[in-house]
Amino acid sequence: MMDAGRHPNITLLAYSEVEEVSGYVGNFKVKVKRKPRYVIEELCTGCGACVEACVWKERVPSEFEAGMGKRNAIYIPFAQAIPLKAVVDAQSCLFLAREGRCKQKCVTACERKAIDFEQKEEFVELDVGAIIVATGFQMFDAAKLPEYNYGKSPNIIDGLQFERLTSATGPTGGEILTAEGKVPERVAIIHCVGSRDERANRYCSRVCCMYAMKHAHLVRDKTGADVYEFYMDIRAFGKGYEEFYERVQDEGVFFVRGRGAEVVVETDGKLTVKAEDANLGRMVEARVDMVVLETALVPQPDIDKMGALFGLSRSEDGFFLEAHPKLRPVETNTDGVFLAGACQAPRDVPDTVAHANSAAAEALALLSQGVVQIAPTTAQVNEELCSGCGECVLVCPYTAISLTDHTAQVNSALCKGCGTCAAACLAKAITALHFTDEQIVAQIEGVLA
Amino acid sequence: MTEEFEPRIVAFLCNWCSYAGADNAGVARISSPPNILPVRVMCSGRVAPEMILRAFRAGADGVLVLGCHIGDCHYDSGNHRTAKRIPVLRRLLNYIGIEPERLRLDWVSAAEGNKFAQVTAEFTEAIRALGPAKQHYCATGR
Repeated sequence: MMDAGRHPNITLLAYSEVEEVSGYVGNFKVKVKRKPRYVIEELCTGCGACVEACVWKERVPSEFEAGMGKRNAIYIPFAQAIPLKAVVDAQSCLFLAREGRCKQKCVTACERKAIDFEQKEEFVELDVGAIIVATGFQMFDAAKLPEYNYGKSPNIIDGLQFERLTSATGPTGGEILTAEGKVPERVAIIHCVGSRDERANRYCSRVCCMYAMKHAHLVRDKTGADVYEFYMDIRAFGKGYEEFYERVQDEGVFFVRGRGAEVVVETDGKLTVKAEDANLGRMVEARVDMVVLETALVPQPDIDKMGALFGLSRSEDGFFLEAHPKLRPVETNTDGVFLAGACQAPRDVPDTVAHANSAAAEALALLSQGVVQIAPTTAQVNEELCSGCGECVLVCPYTAISLTDHTAQVNSALCKGCGTCAAACLAKAITALHFTDEQIVAQIEGVLA
Repeated sequence: MTEEFEPRIVAFLCNWCSYAGADNAGVARISSPPNILPVRVMCSGRVAPEMILRAFRAGADGVLVLGCHIGDCHYDSGNHRTAKRIPVLRRLLNYIGIEPERLRLDWVSAAEGNKFAQVTAEFTEAIRALGPAKQHYCATGR
């Protein structure tokens, strides 16, 4: 990410949203909304003086800390953020949200005079040849599965919260502690929360087995606590992964084969995990101090909207659909739009890097040719027959047809050959090349012969 | 002629969703009835009402039009046209002595091999129950 931020040919538009996409391969027009961050990006150096000066201290739940920490109204999203710039949360900033009832200490603290409360949203129009969609995933909300009682005890946490606990910049400075501030003696890790579950997502989220085992390793390493992993199958599919699985087993982690069935919050605050051990063929229980729910990867909540924006369809699991599952995994059915990473399917870091590199290569290969090959299936107008009624202009989804001198004209660069115009043309003046009326009728008669 | 009636059904499949959905069913080894005779078109919007009538005239017992789900059309809104055309044609079929049940429109995405098998099986059984299409409307005598 750092390399991307520094590269002279890459412009990052952070804190921005794509509003509109029009055009076609090689000639896309993209309208981007730049949301006001109330900080002039060119001037901000990310020193953090404004964050220190903000009077609304530690009042807002931090998105980055996954609910385990607080931030100020002006903040830097996280220590390694790219670009490393401050941003004002307009909803909680006293000056913006409460009609100026603040002395604006951030403004006086900023030596570079980078804070500008007058900023408004801006729209940028970009001309691009290809688009790579890399919108990623979201973590499954464990509260949707009531048997795990997520949220009922502060010691039932999800994988992302555990990551914050064990991070040196996290709320405990990297120590794995229960909510009471004690080192846990026994920890349960539950796999497949929201994955491989008919009630949530049927698919395997692919990365959870490995990150769950990483968590088990960290608990053993940092606290020496007993770790119970409740799993259905271990899917250690990548290079070096099986070896890591063996290493974690050697470290003394107890692997219990069986989906965690229930987490009970006891009256003394301890937690009991119940499951059926499929290897023993009986119910087992573990009394623990902390439960880590290893949640699934799910599509972004606004993936519908994004799909409509970029002309992408989605597969059964809700992620974006590639052009071919084996042979064209980064291309889509819309020419010039490519997919990278977990917006297409759950994937881990090495696979995402490979997928993203492939998407970049495909996009560059397309652009470096200088010309675009289009499919020969386009519509053609017989001007002699065209009555100029304009019905085709109305039905064309691509605005590829226009009326010139009362005759329809097809722009073959825009036409995708769907044939909707040919079906609508009353005068039969439009031929959908390679799917002509004669060809289709011949096929119908052929299959029925 | 004690042989059981085997309906012949022309299925218009759109290239991007339903044809791929049929492929998907095949790849997943989900069986679908052999009564379905597929005709590939680029978009369900390409299926002019005339094509459907031609299929009936050529001796089809049923016509199935499958397209992308609304909002999922590869051509953005081609299937919106289909969604409007087919119900109109269904209402007109009675006039020429064809039961409207012999024409069905449904949406099958590229990922829905299962649904393809289910829709085709259902429709085949429905047509089997209706019996062969009457050919008296067939002016050409085919």
